[in-house]
Amino acid sequence: MKICYYPGCTLKNNAKNFEESALCSLNSIGVEVEELPRWNCCGTVFSLATDDLIHHVAPIRNLIRVKESNTDRVMTLCAMCYNTLKRANERVKADSESLDKINQFMYREEIDYEGDVKILHFLELLRDEIKFENISKKVTKLLKNLKVANYYGCLLVRPKEIGLDDVENPTILENLMTALGADSIDFPYKTECCGAYQTVNNLEIIAERTYHILTSAQSQGAEIVTVSCPLCAFNLDHRQKETVQKYPEFKNIPILYFTQLLAIALGCPEESLRFDLNYIDPKPILKEKGLI
Amino acid sequence: MRINISQRKIKDPFVAKVQELSGQNLLACYQCGKCSAGCPAVSQMDILPNQIIRYAQLGLKDELLQSKSIWICASCMTCNARCPKGINIAEVIEAIRQILLRKREDYLKIEELSDEEKTKLPPIAMVSSMRKFTS
Repeated sequence: MKICYYPGCTLKNNAKNFEESALCSLNSIGVEVEELPRWNCCGTVFSLATDDLIHHVAPIRNLIRVKESNTDRVMTLCAMCYNTLKRANERVKADSESLDKINQFMYREEIDYEGDVKILHFLELLRDEIKFENISKKVTKLLKNLKVANYYGCLLVRPKEIGLDDVENPTILENLMTALGADSIDFPYKTECCGAYQTVNNLEIIAERTYHILTSAQSQGAEIVTVSCPLCAFNLDHRQKETVQKYPEFKNIPILYFTQLLAIALGCPEESLRFDLNYIDPKPILKEKGLI
Repeated sequence: MRINISQRKIKDPFVAKVQELSGQNLLACYQCGKCSAGCPAVSQMDILPNQIIRYAQLGLKDELLQSKSIWICASCMTCNARCPKGINIAEVIEAIRQILLRKREDYLKIEELSDEEKTKLPPIAMVSSMRKFTS
Protein backbone atom coordinates (compact mmCIF):
# COMPACT_ATOMS: atom_id res chain seq x y z
CA MET A 1 0.00 0.00 0.00
CA LYS A 2 1.16 3.51 -0.80
CA ILE A 3 -0.21 6.63 0.89
CA CYS A 4 0.22 10.36 0.35
CA TYR A 5 1.23 12.03 3.61
CA TYR A 6 0.64 15.63 4.68
CA PRO A 7 2.97 16.49 7.62
CA GLY A 8 2.14 20.08 8.62
CA CYS A 9 4.43 22.58 10.32
CA THR A 10 4.95 21.19 13.80
CA LEU A 11 5.67 17.64 12.66
CA LYS A 12 8.82 19.04 11.10
CA ASN A 13 10.26 20.47 14.30
CA ASN A 14 8.78 20.26 17.84
CA ALA A 15 6.85 17.10 16.99
CA LYS A 16 9.59 15.22 15.13
CA ASN A 17 9.02 12.48 17.71
CA PHE A 18 5.47 12.14 16.35
CA GLU A 19 6.56 12.03 12.71
CA GLU A 20 9.58 9.78 13.00
CA SER A 21 7.84 7.21 15.20
CA ALA A 22 4.83 7.15 12.84
CA LEU A 23 6.96 6.79 9.71
CA CYS A 24 8.98 3.97 11.27
CA SER A 25 5.72 2.23 12.30
CA LEU A 26 4.28 2.55 8.80
CA ASN A 27 7.45 1.11 7.37
CA SER A 28 7.21 -1.87 9.77
CA ILE A 29 3.60 -2.46 8.73
CA GLY A 30 4.59 -2.33 5.07
CA VAL A 31 2.95 0.94 4.06
CA GLU A 32 4.88 3.08 1.63
CA VAL A 33 4.65 6.79 2.43
CA GLU A 34 5.07 9.61 -0.02
CA GLU A 35 5.22 13.12 1.42
CA LEU A 36 2.96 15.57 -0.40
CA PRO A 37 5.16 17.76 -2.64
CA ARG A 38 5.01 21.53 -2.09
CA TRP A 39 2.63 21.31 0.85
CA ASN A 40 1.79 24.52 2.69
CA CYS A 41 0.14 25.45 6.00
CA CYS A 42 -3.15 23.59 6.54
CA GLY A 43 -4.78 26.81 7.70
CA THR A 44 -4.22 25.74 11.35
CA VAL A 45 -7.74 26.51 12.55
CA PHE A 46 -10.89 26.13 10.50
CA SER A 47 -12.48 29.52 9.95
CA LEU A 48 -15.80 29.63 11.72
CA ALA A 49 -17.06 32.92 10.29
CA THR A 50 -19.42 32.28 7.38
CA ASP A 51 -17.89 34.89 5.07
CA ASP A 52 -14.24 34.13 5.77
CA LEU A 53 -13.30 32.34 2.54
CA ILE A 54 -9.73 33.55 2.34
CA HIS A 55 -8.67 31.25 5.18
CA HIS A 56 -9.93 28.20 3.30
CA VAL A 57 -7.46 28.89 0.51
CA ALA A 58 -4.52 27.28 2.32
CA PRO A 59 -6.24 23.93 3.03
CA ILE A 60 -7.79 23.75 -0.44
CA ARG A 61 -4.47 24.51 -2.11
CA ASN A 62 -3.04 21.46 -0.34
CA LEU A 63 -5.86 19.37 -1.76
CA ILE A 64 -4.94 20.59 -5.26
CA ARG A 65 -1.40 19.36 -4.55
CA VAL A 66 -2.86 15.97 -3.63
CA LYS A 67 -4.64 15.80 -6.99
CA GLU A 68 -1.44 16.85 -8.74
CA SER A 69 0.26 13.86 -7.09
CA ASN A 70 -2.16 11.63 -8.99
CA THR A 71 -4.01 10.41 -5.94
CA ASP A 72 -7.29 11.30 -4.30
CA ARG A 73 -6.49 10.79 -0.67
CA VAL A 74 -4.11 12.18 1.86
CA MET A 75 -3.16 11.07 5.36
CA THR A 76 -2.36 13.35 8.28
CA LEU A 77 -0.89 12.67 11.70
CA CYS A 78 -1.58 16.01 13.39
CA ALA A 79 -5.15 16.17 14.69
CA MET A 80 -5.34 19.88 13.93
CA CYS A 81 -4.32 19.45 10.27
CA TYR A 82 -6.78 16.57 9.99
CA ASN A 83 -9.62 18.68 11.33
CA THR A 84 -8.85 21.83 9.33
CA LEU A 85 -8.26 20.06 6.00
CA LYS A 86 -11.32 17.88 6.42
CA ARG A 87 -13.63 20.69 7.49
CA ALA A 88 -12.50 22.97 4.67
CA ASN A 89 -13.05 20.10 2.26
CA GLU A 90 -16.56 19.44 3.59
CA ARG A 91 -17.31 23.16 3.47
CA VAL A 92 -16.48 23.53 -0.22
CA LYS A 93 -18.13 20.23 -1.12
CA ALA A 94 -21.38 21.53 0.33
CA ASP A 95 -21.10 25.00 -1.16
CA SER A 96 -20.16 25.18 -4.84
CA GLU A 97 -20.30 28.96 -4.86
CA SER A 98 -17.55 29.16 -2.23
CA LEU A 99 -15.53 26.55 -4.10
CA ASP A 100 -15.78 28.57 -7.31
CA LYS A 101 -14.60 31.71 -5.55
CA ILE A 102 -11.66 29.89 -3.95
CA ASN A 103 -10.70 28.36 -7.30
CA GLN A 104 -10.92 31.76 -8.96
CA PHE A 105 -8.66 33.22 -6.28
CA MET A 106 -6.11 30.53 -7.07
CA TYR A 107 -6.33 31.15 -10.83
CA ARG A 108 -2.62 30.52 -11.29
CA GLU A 109 -2.98 26.91 -10.16
CA GLU A 110 -3.00 24.53 -13.09
CA ILE A 111 -6.08 22.66 -11.97
CA ASP A 112 -9.27 23.59 -10.15
CA TYR A 113 -10.23 21.75 -7.00
CA GLU A 114 -13.40 19.70 -7.38
CA GLY A 115 -14.00 18.47 -3.84
CA ASP A 116 -12.82 14.96 -4.60
CA VAL A 117 -9.99 14.36 -2.11
CA LYS A 118 -10.47 12.22 0.97
CA ILE A 119 -8.68 13.26 4.13
CA LEU A 120 -7.67 10.37 6.28
CA HIS A 121 -6.13 10.28 9.73
CA PHE A 122 -3.35 7.78 10.42
CA LEU A 123 -5.61 6.15 13.05
CA GLU A 124 -8.33 5.59 10.44
CA LEU A 125 -5.81 3.96 8.14
CA LEU A 126 -4.77 1.61 10.97
CA ARG A 127 -8.34 0.80 12.04
CA ASP A 128 -10.17 0.58 8.72
CA GLU A 129 -7.60 -0.60 6.22
CA ILE A 130 -4.71 -2.30 7.96
CA LYS A 131 -6.96 -3.37 10.85
CA PHE A 132 -5.87 -3.63 14.46
CA GLU A 133 -5.81 -7.44 14.46
CA ASN A 134 -3.18 -7.38 11.72
CA ILE A 135 -1.15 -4.85 13.69
CA SER A 136 -1.29 -7.24 16.67
CA LYS A 137 0.33 -9.90 14.51
CA LYS A 138 3.24 -7.58 13.75
CA VAL A 139 3.91 -6.70 17.39
CA THR A 140 7.38 -7.82 18.44
CA LYS A 141 7.29 -6.23 21.90
CA LEU A 142 3.96 -6.40 23.72
CA LEU A 143 3.31 -3.34 25.89
CA LYS A 144 2.62 -5.68 28.78
CA ASN A 145 1.54 -4.28 32.15
CA LEU A 146 1.73 -0.72 30.85
CA LYS A 147 -1.24 1.33 31.99
CA VAL A 148 -2.05 3.86 29.28
CA ALA A 149 -4.68 6.60 29.38
CA ASN A 150 -5.52 7.88 25.90
CA TYR A 151 -6.26 11.55 25.46
CA TYR A 152 -8.16 12.60 22.33
CA GLY A 153 -8.68 16.28 22.91
CA CYS A 154 -11.08 18.08 20.58
CA LEU A 155 -10.02 17.83 17.00
CA LEU A 156 -10.17 14.09 16.37
CA VAL A 157 -13.77 13.89 17.52
CA ARG A 158 -15.49 17.26 17.07
CA PRO A 159 -17.54 18.31 15.24
CA LYS A 160 -19.42 15.05 14.93
CA GLU A 161 -19.50 15.10 11.09
CA ILE A 162 -15.71 15.35 11.01
CA GLY A 163 -14.73 13.14 13.94
CA LEU A 164 -13.23 9.71 13.39
CA ASP A 165 -15.05 8.08 16.30
CA ASP A 166 -17.88 8.61 18.78
CA VAL A 167 -18.12 12.29 19.70
CA GLU A 168 -18.52 11.73 23.47
CA ASN A 169 -16.84 8.38 24.06
CA PRO A 170 -14.23 7.56 21.42
CA THR A 171 -12.40 4.26 21.86
CA ILE A 172 -10.15 4.00 18.80
CA LEU A 173 -6.96 4.73 20.76
CA GLU A 174 -7.93 2.32 23.55
CA ASN A 175 -8.57 -0.39 20.97
CA LEU A 176 -5.20 0.27 19.34
CA MET A 177 -3.38 0.19 22.69
CA THR A 178 -5.15 -3.06 23.62
CA ALA A 179 -4.02 -4.52 20.28
CA LEU A 180 -0.46 -3.61 21.27
CA GLY A 181 -0.81 -5.41 24.59
CA ALA A 182 -1.17 -2.36 26.86
CA ASP A 183 -3.80 -1.91 29.56
CA SER A 184 -6.06 0.88 28.34
CA ILE A 185 -7.33 3.08 31.12
CA ASP A 186 -10.59 4.96 30.68
CA PHE A 187 -10.89 8.42 32.22
CA PRO A 188 -13.56 11.12 31.99
CA TYR A 189 -11.31 13.90 30.71
CA LYS A 190 -10.22 12.17 27.50
CA THR A 191 -12.09 14.57 25.20
CA GLU A 192 -11.83 17.69 27.40
CA CYS A 193 -10.03 20.60 25.73
CA CYS A 194 -6.40 21.18 26.85
CA GLY A 195 -6.80 24.94 26.36
CA ALA A 196 -5.14 24.87 22.92
CA TYR A 197 -3.59 28.19 21.80
CA GLN A 198 -4.37 29.82 25.14
CA THR A 199 -0.91 28.45 25.93
CA VAL A 200 0.57 31.52 24.20
CA ASN A 201 -0.81 34.21 26.49
CA ASN A 202 -2.92 32.59 29.20
CA LEU A 203 -0.82 30.03 31.03
CA GLU A 204 -3.17 30.00 34.04
CA ILE A 205 -5.80 28.23 31.96
CA ILE A 206 -3.36 25.67 30.61
CA ALA A 207 -1.98 24.82 34.04
CA GLU A 208 -5.53 24.34 35.33
CA ARG A 209 -6.59 22.11 32.43
CA THR A 210 -3.38 20.08 32.44
CA TYR A 211 -3.78 19.54 36.15
CA HIS A 212 -7.37 18.31 35.90
CA ILE A 213 -6.83 16.16 32.81
CA LEU A 214 -3.68 14.48 34.08
CA THR A 215 -4.72 13.98 37.70
CA SER A 216 -7.93 12.39 36.41
CA ALA A 217 -5.86 9.92 34.35
CA GLN A 218 -3.55 9.30 37.29
CA SER A 219 -6.47 8.62 39.63
CA GLN A 220 -7.44 5.76 37.29
CA GLY A 221 -3.92 4.34 37.56
CA ALA A 222 -2.39 5.67 34.33
CA GLU A 223 1.38 5.48 34.00
CA ILE A 224 1.51 7.16 30.60
CA VAL A 225 -0.90 9.43 28.71
CA THR A 226 -0.97 9.26 24.92
CA VAL A 227 -1.81 12.17 22.63
CA SER A 228 -2.37 12.70 18.91
CA CYS A 229 -2.03 16.47 18.57
CA PRO A 230 1.22 18.45 18.87
CA LEU A 231 -0.59 21.28 20.65
CA CYS A 232 -2.12 18.92 23.24
CA ALA A 233 1.35 17.36 23.57
CA PHE A 234 2.91 20.73 24.28
CA ASN A 235 0.25 21.67 26.83
CA LEU A 236 0.07 18.35 28.64
CA ASP A 237 3.81 17.61 28.54
CA HIS A 238 5.88 20.80 28.43
CA ARG A 239 3.40 22.83 30.47
CA GLN A 240 3.71 20.40 33.37
CA LYS A 241 6.46 22.79 34.44
CA GLU A 242 3.87 25.55 35.01
CA THR A 243 1.35 23.03 36.37
CA VAL A 244 3.69 22.03 39.22
CA GLN A 245 4.26 25.71 40.01
CA LYS A 246 0.51 26.28 40.40
CA TYR A 247 -0.30 22.92 42.03
CA PRO A 248 2.73 21.82 44.10
CA GLU A 249 1.14 18.45 44.89
CA PHE A 250 0.96 17.57 41.18
CA LYS A 251 3.05 14.55 40.18
CA ASN A 252 4.61 14.51 36.71
CA ILE A 253 3.50 11.86 34.24
CA PRO A 254 5.08 11.10 30.83
CA ILE A 255 3.10 12.10 27.74
CA LEU A 256 3.77 10.12 24.57
CA TYR A 257 2.41 10.32 21.06
CA PHE A 258 0.45 7.13 20.47
CA THR A 259 2.84 6.53 17.56
CA GLN A 260 5.79 6.36 19.96
CA LEU A 261 4.15 3.43 21.75
CA LEU A 262 3.18 1.88 18.43
CA ALA A 263 6.79 2.16 17.25
CA ILE A 264 8.06 0.49 20.44
CA ALA A 265 5.60 -2.37 20.00
CA LEU A 266 6.58 -2.81 16.36
CA GLY A 267 10.26 -2.98 17.24
CA CYS A 268 11.39 0.35 15.81
CA PRO A 269 14.86 1.49 16.92
CA GLU A 270 15.06 3.91 19.84
CA GLU A 271 16.42 6.71 17.58
CA SER A 272 13.04 6.85 15.83
CA LEU A 273 11.24 7.49 19.13
CA ARG A 274 13.02 10.83 19.63
CA PHE A 275 12.51 10.95 23.39
CA ASP A 276 14.77 14.02 23.40
CA LEU A 277 11.70 16.03 22.36
CA ASN A 278 9.54 14.81 25.25
CA TYR A 279 9.68 17.09 28.28
CA ILE A 280 8.81 14.56 30.99
CA ASP A 281 11.24 11.69 30.48
CA PRO A 282 9.32 8.51 29.63
CA LYS A 283 12.42 6.30 29.76
CA PRO A 284 12.28 5.33 33.47
CA ILE A 285 8.76 3.85 33.23
CA LEU A 286 9.50 2.23 29.85
CA LYS A 287 12.70 0.67 31.24
CA GLU A 288 10.84 -0.54 34.31
CA LYS A 289 8.40 -2.36 32.00
CA GLY A 290 11.25 -3.79 29.92
CA LEU A 291 10.16 -1.92 26.80
CA ILE A 292 13.40 -0.11 26.00
CA MET B 1 -24.52 43.95 37.75
CA ARG B 2 -27.35 46.06 36.37
CA ILE B 3 -28.27 45.41 32.73
CA ASN B 4 -30.62 47.63 30.79
CA ILE B 5 -32.54 46.07 27.97
CA SER B 6 -34.37 48.07 25.35
CA GLN B 7 -36.02 47.80 21.94
CA ARG B 8 -33.25 50.01 20.60
CA LYS B 9 -30.58 47.49 21.62
CA ILE B 10 -32.57 44.50 20.38
CA LYS B 11 -32.84 46.15 16.97
CA ASP B 12 -29.15 47.11 16.87
CA PRO B 13 -27.44 45.93 13.65
CA PHE B 14 -25.02 44.10 15.96
CA VAL B 15 -27.58 41.31 16.43
CA ALA B 16 -27.99 40.77 12.70
CA LYS B 17 -24.21 40.91 12.23
CA VAL B 18 -23.66 38.19 14.84
CA GLN B 19 -26.28 36.02 13.15
CA GLU B 20 -24.78 36.64 9.73
CA LEU B 21 -21.16 35.93 10.69
CA SER B 22 -22.04 32.90 12.78
CA GLY B 23 -24.71 31.53 10.47
CA GLN B 24 -26.79 30.77 13.56
CA ASN B 25 -30.34 31.57 14.55
CA LEU B 26 -29.95 33.10 18.00
CA LEU B 27 -33.65 32.82 18.79
CA ALA B 28 -33.48 29.03 18.56
CA CYS B 29 -31.89 28.99 22.03
CA TYR B 30 -34.25 28.12 24.90
CA GLN B 31 -31.68 28.62 27.67
CA CYS B 32 -31.30 25.01 28.81
CA GLY B 33 -27.74 25.77 29.89
CA LYS B 34 -26.20 22.59 28.54
CA CYS B 35 -23.47 24.55 26.74
CA SER B 36 -22.31 26.15 29.98
CA ALA B 37 -22.61 22.89 31.93
CA GLY B 38 -20.16 21.16 29.60
CA CYS B 39 -17.83 24.06 28.84
CA PRO B 40 -14.33 23.42 30.22
CA ALA B 41 -13.58 27.15 30.26
CA VAL B 42 -16.42 28.46 32.44
CA SER B 43 -14.23 28.88 35.52
CA GLN B 44 -12.42 31.69 33.67
CA MET B 45 -15.48 33.26 32.04
CA ASP B 46 -17.34 36.38 33.14
CA ILE B 47 -20.38 35.71 30.91
CA LEU B 48 -21.26 32.01 30.48
CA PRO B 49 -21.91 30.52 27.02
CA ASN B 50 -25.72 30.33 27.46
CA GLN B 51 -25.64 33.94 28.69
CA ILE B 52 -23.62 34.96 25.64
CA ILE B 53 -26.49 33.73 23.47
CA ARG B 54 -29.04 35.56 25.61
CA TYR B 55 -26.99 38.76 25.57
CA ALA B 56 -26.65 38.49 21.81
CA GLN B 57 -30.43 38.04 21.40
CA LEU B 58 -30.91 41.21 23.42
CA GLY B 59 -28.27 43.18 21.55
CA LEU B 60 -26.12 43.75 24.62
CA LYS B 61 -23.24 44.72 22.41
CA ASP B 62 -21.03 46.59 24.86
CA GLU B 63 -21.21 43.84 27.48
CA LEU B 64 -20.27 41.20 24.92
CA LEU B 65 -17.51 43.15 23.22
CA GLN B 66 -15.92 43.90 26.58
CA SER B 67 -16.28 40.41 28.03
CA LYS B 68 -13.34 38.18 28.86
CA SER B 69 -15.29 35.12 27.79
CA ILE B 70 -15.07 35.72 24.06
CA TRP B 71 -11.27 35.36 24.30
CA ILE B 72 -11.30 32.48 26.78
CA CYS B 73 -13.27 30.23 24.44
CA ALA B 74 -10.84 27.98 22.56
CA SER B 75 -13.46 26.72 20.07
CA CYS B 76 -13.28 23.19 21.47
CA MET B 77 -16.82 22.63 20.11
CA THR B 78 -18.12 20.77 23.16
CA CYS B 79 -21.07 23.17 23.40
CA ASN B 80 -21.87 22.69 19.72
CA ALA B 81 -21.79 18.92 20.08
CA ARG B 82 -24.24 19.00 22.99
CA CYS B 83 -26.72 21.74 22.07
CA PRO B 84 -30.15 20.11 21.80
CA LYS B 85 -31.26 22.88 19.45
CA GLY B 86 -28.31 22.46 17.11
CA ILE B 87 -26.93 25.94 17.68
CA ASN B 88 -23.22 26.34 17.10
CA ILE B 89 -22.33 28.44 20.12
CA ALA B 90 -18.62 28.48 19.25
CA GLU B 91 -19.53 30.13 15.94
CA VAL B 92 -21.51 32.81 17.78
CA ILE B 93 -18.50 33.54 19.97
CA GLU B 94 -16.28 33.62 16.88
CA ALA B 95 -18.63 36.16 15.30
CA ILE B 96 -18.30 38.47 18.31
CA ARG B 97 -14.50 38.13 18.23
CA GLN B 98 -14.54 38.87 14.49
CA ILE B 99 -16.47 42.10 15.04
CA LEU B 100 -13.55 43.36 17.15
CA LEU B 101 -10.75 41.83 15.07
CA ARG B 102 -12.13 43.36 11.90
CA LYS B 103 -11.64 46.74 13.54
CA ARG B 104 -8.02 45.71 14.18
CA GLU B 105 -8.60 45.36 17.89
CA ASP B 106 -6.19 42.50 18.46
CA TYR B 107 -6.31 40.45 21.64
CA LEU B 108 -2.87 38.88 21.34
CA LYS B 109 0.09 41.23 21.54
CA ILE B 110 2.94 39.25 20.05
CA GLU B 111 5.41 41.99 20.95
CA GLU B 112 4.71 41.39 24.64
CA LEU B 113 5.95 37.80 24.49
CA SER B 114 9.50 37.19 25.64
CA ASP B 115 12.02 35.77 23.19
CA GLU B 116 12.31 32.75 25.45
CA GLU B 117 8.57 32.01 25.18
CA LYS B 118 8.53 32.56 21.45
CA THR B 119 11.41 30.12 21.01
CA LYS B 120 9.76 27.52 23.20
CA LEU B 121 6.29 27.66 21.67
CA PRO B 122 5.68 25.24 18.79
CA PRO B 123 4.49 26.75 15.47
CA ILE B 124 1.07 25.13 15.91
CA ALA B 125 0.55 27.26 19.04
CA MET B 126 1.86 30.52 17.60
CA VAL B 127 -0.02 30.29 14.32
CA SER B 128 -3.34 29.17 15.81
CA SER B 129 -3.16 31.91 18.43
CA MET B 130 -2.48 34.53 15.78
CA ARG B 131 -5.27 33.17 13.62
CA LYS B 132 -7.78 33.43 16.47
CA PHE B 133 -6.58 36.49 18.31
CA THR B 134 -5.22 38.90 15.72
CA SER B 135 -6.67 40.62 12.70
